[in-house]
Amino acid sequence: MTRLLEVRNLHASYGATEVLHGIDLDVEEGQVVTLLGANGAGKTTTLRALCHFQVKNAGSITYRGERIEGKSTEDIAAMGIGHVPDGRGTFQSMSVEENLRLGCHARKDRIAVATDLDRMYDYFPRLKERRAQQAGTLSGGEQQMLAIARALMGNPTLLLLDEPSFGLAPLVVKDIFAIMRRIREEQKVSILLVEQNARIALQLADTAYLLETGRIVKHGPSEAMRNDDAVRRAYLGE
Amino acid sequence: METLIQQVAVGLASGGIYACLALALVMIYQATHHVNFAQGEMAMFSTFVAWTLIQAGLGYWAAFFITVIGSFIASAAIEFAIIRPLHKAPELSVVAVFIGLLVIFHSVAGWVFGTELREFPSPFSKDAWFGGSLMSPHQVGTIFVALCIVAALFAFFRHTTLGLTMRAAAQNPGSSRLLGIRVGRMLMLGWGLAGAIGAVAGMMVAPVVFLDPGMMTGVLIYAFAGALIGGIDNPVGAIVGGFLVGVLENLLGTYVVGTDLKLTVALVLIVGVLIVRPAGLLGRRTVQRV
Repeated sequence: MTRLLEVRNLHASYGATEVLHGIDLDVEEGQVVTLLGANGAGKTTTLRALCHFQVKNAGSITYRGERIEGKSTEDIAAMGIGHVPDGRGTFQSMSVEENLRLGCHARKDRIAVATDLDRMYDYFPRLKERRAQQAGTLSGGEQQMLAIARALMGNPTLLLLDEPSFGLAPLVVKDIFAIMRRIREEQKVSILLVEQNARIALQLADTAYLLETGRIVKHGPSEAMRNDDAVRRAYLGE
Repeated sequence: METLIQQVAVGLASGGIYACLALALVMIYQATHHVNFAQGEMAMFSTFVAWTLIQAGLGYWAAFFITVIGSFIASAAIEFAIIRPLHKAPELSVVAVFIGLLVIFHSVAGWVFGTELREFPSPFSKDAWFGGSLMSPHQVGTIFVALCIVAALFAFFRHTTLGLTMRAAAQNPGSSRLLGIRVGRMLMLGWGLAGAIGAVAGMMVAPVVFLDPGMMTGVLIYAFAGALIGGIDNPVGAIVGGFLVGVLENLLGTYVVGTDLKLTVALVLIVGVLIVRPAGLLGRRTVQRV
């Protein structure tokens, strides 16, 4: 396995407030890595720091062997990092299909784009039914599906997923994670998943990191993390 | 009855010009939530450039297209050099800069080109086949040009990837950047387009009102009224509003308030819309589920 993402001693801050106090994190190619933690631990900030989005950071980030500090958010997206942000970030007054087309605006391979669009509709049939509808009129679950599909349309090598379960009914969450499992098997994409819902995240992920107030306090294979007493008590409610 | 129809027709012709300028205002407003008060003076300046080119012996259409392209570039450059550094500045600073630009363009035009009234040619000759007793060829031509611009822009924003990304950048800059859309570049393009459209509006209005540094002041107010009536964030509304203001202005000017108070009509419309229906007739109220 080759290393896709290597984060070393990453600090991130909003203005004068430091939120991440030096974290290390690796994502191997083809892996699903989850970053668990309570509200305010710095999960969303970690993803933002990776994209240089709205935060200031220090430390080193190596993606496919290349240091990406100092690059703009747009450049990092163009390098193949797809970010599904918290709050989903769909274009509310545009149609579902326009949202998906925006995900692949930089791609020139029209035929492959058409195939990918069909594949997205195959993963998420709900989006196909609503392809001409304004994204703002979709339910929360459908918007989450749209945000994921839009990021995948860009053919990312690494997908950053920020709390896909947030604010959704348990059944919808189950649905989305079932589709995610299918996507990770069929697409060559590695995933860094941020979740509050540890149970479902550990089912999908190979490796897990536990983030507490801006520091990684534990990490290891999902299996081991699931059986860890501290994790069970604090995050699985057992 | 015949005068009524004629007044409506004349109103539609000036309405076409207001619609174009209103469209330019809306394009910048959508992306930045600022009204570019200098839009009219920039258009006036472009028209002077076209006039200079024609004086230098260029054909009308050659001068027309050079001016449109030049205005696109100059307007994009203004965004890059003056507006972009202000993107985190408070609202009022930006307004002050817009007014500063207005004054600068106005004074520089007076200084370079002089303040006397000049004749500006119309590309639509007096004996063209399409004029009639109702409307002059220039009026028919103006409406036609306005509709062409609208159709071209509509096609551009609906059906091209660049148009789509420009809309995205205006609607949600954060998400756009995460998708790799260069938001700054899109803004610059938007400014360029607005400047080019304004130039066309200037060149269409100049044969009617004569060319001088103050020629766009009134037009800008009508255009602003048009944009507000249609809904300041809605391009279709801007066009409808522009035509509506043109017709209203002419009818009320002829039958009710007289020519002297025409501009007052526009100001009353602006205040009225802001009080009664701030979103405008077609203002976008995005449906949102939470």
